[in-house]
Amino acid sequence: MITLKDVSKEFTGKNKAVKAVDAVNLTIQSGEIFGIVGYSGAGKSTLVRMLNGLEKPTSGTVTLNDKIISTMSGQALRKERRAIGMIFQHFNLLWSRTVLENICFPLEIAKVEKTERIKRAKELIELVGLQGREDAYPAQLSGGQKQRVGIARALANEPQVLLCDEATSALDPQTTDDVLDLLVSINKKMNLTIVMITHEMHVVRKICHRMAVMDGGKVVEEGEVLSLFKHPAHPTTKRFIRQDSDPDSEDTDEVLRELLKTYPEGKLIRLLFHGGSAQAPVISHVSRSFNVDVNIIQGSMQSTQETPIGTLTIQLLGEEAAVEEAIKEFRVYRVEVEVLNDALQ
Amino acid sequence: MMPFNNGMILSVLADYTDFTEVRWPKVWEATQETIYMTAFSVSAVFILGILIGLLLFESRGKESLWARGSYKVVSFFVNVFRSIPFLILIVLLIPFTKAILDSMTGPTAGLPALILSAAPFYGRLVETGLREIDKGVIEAAEAMGASKWEMIWKVYIPESLPSIVSGITVTAISLVGYTAMAGVIGAGGLGNLAYLEGFQRNQATVTLVATVVILLIVFAIQFVGDIVVNKIDKR
Repeated sequence: MITLKDVSKEFTGKNKAVKAVDAVNLTIQSGEIFGIVGYSGAGKSTLVRMLNGLEKPTSGTVTLNDKIISTMSGQALRKERRAIGMIFQHFNLLWSRTVLENICFPLEIAKVEKTERIKRAKELIELVGLQGREDAYPAQLSGGQKQRVGIARALANEPQVLLCDEATSALDPQTTDDVLDLLVSINKKMNLTIVMITHEMHVVRKICHRMAVMDGGKVVEEGEVLSLFKHPAHPTTKRFIRQDSDPDSEDTDEVLRELLKTYPEGKLIRLLFHGGSAQAPVISHVSRSFNVDVNIIQGSMQSTQETPIGTLTIQLLGEEAAVEEAIKEFRVYRVEVEVLNDALQ
Repeated sequence: MMPFNNGMILSVLADYTDFTEVRWPKVWEATQETIYMTAFSVSAVFILGILIGLLLFESRGKESLWARGSYKVVSFFVNVFRSIPFLILIVLLIPFTKAILDSMTGPTAGLPALILSAAPFYGRLVETGLREIDKGVIEAAEAMGASKWEMIWKVYIPESLPSIVSGITVTAISLVGYTAMAGVIGAGGLGNLAYLEGFQRNQATVTLVATVVILLIVFAIQFVGDIVVNKIDKR
């Protein structure tokens, strides 16, 4: 279990001090995949570096399994770091070493004997699916393969925690999905706690159990991924979720404003389906039962660790009372409804 | 101005090709002395330069008083010794050389000046090479719990090895040039041969032979350096 208590980090610049992390309290359970999202400059990189002592908090404590990381230094901290693996956006492999030698590197630091090192490295190569590439140099690998080496290297000393610093941000979508699948399978196989920081909401949505949203050094919202998707409270969370479900949200808003001008009496609503409601023919049922017309504007479907979720932006046209009834009916089917008329005007 | 004519060209050519002037055992001896001076000073410069480079790299931009102080001191000495013209340095060091070697002539007497002038230069090259190491790789090694010693042996040196090798190639070549200068004031070697027998006795062929041998040594160093860099650079 990782606990952050009132953790702040200030950097003293030339002219003024910058608070990169501001009074953060977080608890990350053992075995969970925890996502921290935020735009660049939100402080998430600094936060994750305090988990393995690469940065020292200005105040507050970071605890990993009852050991206070934030006050450790020297030999003790170096020893503790072996129990914390880390992977990076740009992989950070040693170009001078082959795949096998890169994976052996942390084992050398942990003073593992040579034959044992090679045996363990070969197992890890198999785990990440790089058989046959043992003797290749990083320069000969693709981005996805490099990150696999990074993961194998991070797992070499059988850590309890894996920190991922924008680990998929330099990869194409297909490779990102492969790497995420690998992380999920490792999480299940080894009961490994994974902390991911990213600016990509879809990464968190796909594999994380819980998440925190950071903005301006603070954690502004935290909770189960699904419940944050259903009821985001903070504007930053809302923006992240919106960008994920509708990458062209600006265009959609433009269309919605046009529609609102043409049909001022119609109700524009955004529906969020999840679990059973995603599979029932709710729209046509509501349309028929209440005699309302449905104009579908935008929709998408996404997977989360628990259940798929779908968003649909529609316009309801009809008698005002009937439209109100229709909205109530959606809620009966456990579909989240958000009326957009006011927000758009 | 006198017009060129065939007679002139032939007489110049004759000056350069009078191989009866050349005493080959002397040339061979001088070559050995040059190679000795170069090899010894390159080895010492290699070790000292890497130490200086690591010291500069490690203490640069750090906050602790000790690091800032040692950076200033090392940096100052590096800049001073790099700036003294070699010919002046060797003369300047005569009392020092006498004191430690009890002699001021012969190839060994050239070594202190050769090493002191080239080590700071090479140290700067090593520092530049170290600073080109990907900061992310250093961070990754730190995150794995590497100690300072492991960082140096497993990250800093292997990851900057092509710069370290190409740097020592450049340094070795300029050291060959310095040995010739040292030779003029008595350190032996091909520079000494060219000066004493070529210049003072007006035997242009000897100078030409010394030049060709020095060129061969320089080409050999460059050739080996390039091969090694190509072999170790896997980027």
